[in-house]
Amino acid sequence: MPLDAPHSSSAATTRPLLEVDDLARDFDVSKPLLFRLLQGEKKRILKAVAGVSFAIPKGTTLSLVGESGCGKTTVARLVVGLYAPTRGSIRIDGTDMATLTSRAAQAPVRRRMQMIFQDPYASLNPRWRVGDIIAEPIRAFGLLNDARAIADRVGELLTQVGLSPKDRTKFPHEFSGGQRQRISIARALSSNPEFLVCDEPTSALDVSVQAQILNLMKDLQQRLGLTYLFISHNLAVVRHMSDRIGVMYLGKIVELAPGETLFATPKHPYTRLLLEAIPDLDMTGRARTPVGGEVPSPISPPSGCAFHPRCPFANDRCKAEAPKLVTRGPAQVACHAVEEGRIAA
Amino acid sequence: MPLLEVRNLRVEFPTRRGILTAVDDVSFSIDEGEVLGVVGESGAGKSITGTAIIRLIEPPGRIAGGEVLLSGRRIDNLAAEDMRHVRGKQIGAIFQDPLTTLNPLYSIGRQLAETMQAHLGLSDRDARARAIKWLEDVGIPGAAQRIDAYPHQFSGGMRQRVVIALALCAEPKLVIADEPTTALDVSIQAQVIALLKRLCREHGTSIMLVTHDMGVIAETADRVAVMYAGRIAEIGPVRDVVKGARHPYTEGLMGSIPSLAHKVERLRQIDGSMPRLTDIPRGCAFNPRCTKVFDRCLIERPDLMATDGASRAACWLYAGPKEARDAA
Repeated sequence: MPLDAPHSSSAATTRPLLEVDDLARDFDVSKPLLFRLLQGEKKRILKAVAGVSFAIPKGTTLSLVGESGCGKTTVARLVVGLYAPTRGSIRIDGTDMATLTSRAAQAPVRRRMQMIFQDPYASLNPRWRVGDIIAEPIRAFGLLNDARAIADRVGELLTQVGLSPKDRTKFPHEFSGGQRQRISIARALSSNPEFLVCDEPTSALDVSVQAQILNLMKDLQQRLGLTYLFISHNLAVVRHMSDRIGVMYLGKIVELAPGETLFATPKHPYTRLLLEAIPDLDMTGRARTPVGGEVPSPISPPSGCAFHPRCPFANDRCKAEAPKLVTRGPAQVACHAVEEGRIAA
Repeated sequence: MPLLEVRNLRVEFPTRRGILTAVDDVSFSIDEGEVLGVVGESGAGKSITGTAIIRLIEPPGRIAGGEVLLSGRRIDNLAAEDMRHVRGKQIGAIFQDPLTTLNPLYSIGRQLAETMQAHLGLSDRDARARAIKWLEDVGIPGAAQRIDAYPHQFSGGMRQRVVIALALCAEPKLVIADEPTTALDVSIQAQVIALLKRLCREHGTSIMLVTHDMGVIAETADRVAVMYAGRIAEIGPVRDVVKGARHPYTEGLMGSIPSLAHKVERLRQIDGSMPRLTDIPRGCAFNPRCTKVFDRCLIERPDLMATDGASRAACWLYAGPKEARDAA
């Protein structure tokens, strides 16, 4: 496959931990049947994710970045199995998740991946003590049975995320947002996973606390050899965390590239727009070319390339034909203008 | 004479457990046509400072001390009725969530026209014409057709443009913008910030821009005030504060922001978190998290003082004798 060409050397030695191929998910957002019949309306389908493919090698971080409604969170939820895909496959360490139909068959694979959610206020049960929250995956997967051993493990996990083993008897409301996110991380680590899906883990936190959590996540990755799928809307955070970055727009990946490449030589016009739009501390005084328009509704996406109504380089082909991801050096870009050499690559 | 002058502002919230001081002895000023950024983490008191100036603090919160002067005239002691004329006419406000700012039952044209009629005394026809002009100015396509549309018919970015038009239409001298772009996506944020800057420059309006996003401040503001636990930790020209912060908190804050321009292995982090208002430490509120803390910080609370840079910081490192600095 030409798409995988840049990684074929590494793929030969180590299989990617996660491989996603042509993944898609539709949501039915129609009105109830009776209303549709009375008002003569058709079904309305929202294509949240419209065919994305990527792979994450072991021990690395791939980030998906994009504005609200681009489908990045849906991809995260598909990968961990919170949604069933409409189309496409998800392979974890070579195992196709669709072939595992029973919960019992899925459990060994599920144990190896965990998720960290955006809102640490909503993702921890307020009526459970921290110790029980963290021990839940240990008990659910039957990893340890002895109460004493579980308590020791919980203490160890709390220490690992920078809290005290004594915190296990407290309730979530006794902690600040950053500490709660540490508890979420401890819970995610309790089943000894290899793969963490992090959905905007620091978006609800203040910057100084965000730095603590990002540093913690990097330390844990190094120490435990974790693989991350990192979802964020913040390009600076994404740059800090990732080896490879996928930029999403209306349910598709428009550019997928190593972090350094993406920031040094962004190719897709949408990536350029995003980089241009972000206010940065360095205040380079760059001349901005503000791009107008907004993200269109995914219920009725524009024809051809979904970005064409906002794109300064769009021509008739862009309006008619959806571009495919094409390999360009270390990057993959889905853009006719780049492919045809109409914009400097 | 500065356009807005805030002197020793103090805002309190009485609670069952005692009085919480959300804004404690804050002083600053904004010149005509100037953009002052107010930045801080959640709970620092930045929004409360803004709402206190326009006297929109929800009871039981109250202004417990200090003065607010607009063009040299005190506005903190005006009667409620007089204050209504100051709000809108002289000070406009933009809040984070455009949906709660706009009345969902009135068309946007009516909201704009009503505001201008109340403050500028225009006729119905003039007000409507001006409303269309404002919608065009803030970049709403097809303004003449969309003037009778309702807020729910607009997207988030468009609504925020309407809110900006609403805040500026009575031609106030000062706009208080509280997290005006936080609810928006980055590409829309850039459009809205550019718009706000352009309009205020054209009309000579000053802006007090309250946000947690240092990047927005860095690109927009002339001066910046960094708040921590209800007080100003550092205030000065934006370039000096961003590039050469003097207060250890500002320094840590800047280091903890991931940069787009260059990648670092680890972010500088400030350990711990901001104290709750119920247990603000004695002395300097930042002392438990400060890496340069010394004896005096634990006992005495520092006020803003001159530093060796262009900014002023509330930090004992810059107090008089050089020995103290060396000791730290």
